[in-house]
Amino acid sequence: MPSIHSLRLIVGVAAIAAATLAGSAFAQTTLENASAKYRQDLADGNPADLWVARGQEMWKEPRGPRKVSFESCDLGLGPGVVKGAYAQLPRWFADAGRVMDLETRLVWCMVNQQGYTHADATKQTFGNGSRHRSDLEALTAYVAKQSDGVKMNVSLADPHVREMYDVGKKAFFYRAGTHDFACATCHAADDLRIRLQYLPNLTEPAGAQKAYTTWPAYRVAQGETRTFQWRLHDCFRQQRFPDLIYGSDLSIALTTYLAASANGAVYAGPGIKL
Amino acid sequence: MADPMKIRANLVGDSTEVKVLMSHEMDTGLVKDKDGKIIPAWWIQTVKVTHNDKVVLTAQWGTAVSKNPFMSFKFKGGAKGDKVTITWVDNHNDSRTDTALIA
Amino acid sequence: MDMDRRQVLKTSGGATFLALLAAAGWIPPAHADAPGWNKSEFDTHTMDATLAALGAGKPATSSDVAFFSTPDIAENGAVVPIGVTSKLPNTESIAILVEKNPFTLAALFDLPAGTEPTISTRVKMRETSNVYALVKAGGKYFMTSKEIKVTLGGCGG
Ligand code: HEC
Repeated sequence: MPSIHSLRLIVGVAAIAAATLAGSAFAQTTLENASAKYRQDLADGNPADLWVARGQEMWKEPRGPRKVSFESCDLGLGPGVVKGAYAQLPRWFADAGRVMDLETRLVWCMVNQQGYTHADATKQTFGNGSRHRSDLEALTAYVAKQSDGVKMNVSLADPHVREMYDVGKKAFFYRAGTHDFACATCHAADDLRIRLQYLPNLTEPAGAQKAYTTWPAYRVAQGETRTFQWRLHDCFRQQRFPDLIYGSDLSIALTTYLAASANGAVYAGPGIKL
Repeated sequence: MADPMKIRANLVGDSTEVKVLMSHEMDTGLVKDKDGKIIPAWWIQTVKVTHNDKVVLTAQWGTAVSKNPFMSFKFKGGAKGDKVTITWVDNHNDSRTDTALIA
Repeated sequence: MDMDRRQVLKTSGGATFLALLAAAGWIPPAHADAPGWNKSEFDTHTMDATLAALGAGKPATSSDVAFFSTPDIAENGAVVPIGVTSKLPNTESIAILVEKNPFTLAALFDLPAGTEPTISTRVKMRETSNVYALVKAGGKYFMTSKEIKVTLGGCGG
């Protein structure tokens, strides 16, 4: 399998480390238990709550040149309704003539209701410390939190959404780039890992569910709360693909595929991840 | 100005359990930015917690406390609806005070 | 120019004006240690120096001081959860020391009577190191330690 081979080259050092560490079954379980315990010790007190709180404040305040709040932003369940909205996104929005995920919809409301230019609305899609904070990350964390405990239910009944799902699935298996990688290279087999971290098998319901229902997430390594758009953007980078454009149809197609694959699982975000 | 803290104060048996998250960079002063310039140390140095008006905890922190700090502890007593107030001060003499009610 | 400046100073007050400049990033923020923060204790780089600065001498090892919710292996040194609890009567303070960090003393908590001798927080660790919980109880110091392995050094400091 050439794809797996080139993956090994990319993560060569990490793979060797993992191989050494996992030298015996015993060492492997010990490490995995230690890793699970570390994550468990972190679970109480998720700094993503700081983003949720900021997003909540922003949701209510009049914003942009037109001084309009998000209370008039329809995420699919009626203007201003946030409870359970994230668990049903992406969906088709007739007013925009597009299938949209949460982040794209927020940008649409900022542009069409609050009067921002698209450039202003997407100036800081991913934050960098307290001096370059991202409003979109805070808003996304806040809205997602209002689906905590709600079952994922992305409907494919609408033909536009169905089409996005199909495109997303194709894209997931599509190999390209300098290393001839697809998402599937890293995410379509069980037990692949880099260092101590398992690469989730996103083609299995269990893997897709566990992954999708825990984003947005606080990334310990970065000290930032990241969204699903960020996750995809970063995997494009890992995959040596050109930059994934924020809110592009490709990003929404992949999100639709993975979100719908998570259907039936209870949303439990924002999460905390390394 | 700094973002509000996220404070939870819950009565557990006859104690109040306080958990707080603070929004702060906690820069160590030992890390360089993309251009190779040192990011100056910027961190919370002191934390004070009061229950009604009585001090129940004071802390001094070094730069080793993690970004967006988390802290939890318990004190005896406290009743539902009582105030728990937390103040931090950093090395720019910036500070932030927030209050939560015991639930 | 000068007039303008004086005008601004007069209308908004000097301190506010400076704060505005600082907030706009025009002047670096003033560095001033917070009242009550003890530089001599935190500006130490070895266990011996830190213990001396704290006036802790050579603390006795005590099994009445224990870690909880503290991992053996931390996959990222930027965030290492540490919990410390003491069963010693009259526990007055709990300190967390990371031997191999650039600054040994990470945090010091003073616990007035009525506050339970249990605290948890999260610290950065530059590399695998012994971590010490130092407790002052009844005027004496006691200590326990634990090695925490760090797979990814997480702070540059
Ligand atoms: C070179 C390997 C590689 C490729 C190719 C790759 N990823 Fe990833 N992916 C990773 C790694 C590494 C992680 C992070 C695991 C972690 O941090 O927990 C990850 C994490 C994820 C997650 C989050 C999983 C979770 O549980 O939080 C999703 C979703 C994801 N990738 C989707 C994709 C998609 C979609 C593509 C194709 C566009 C893709 N990945 C391509 C390596 C890859």
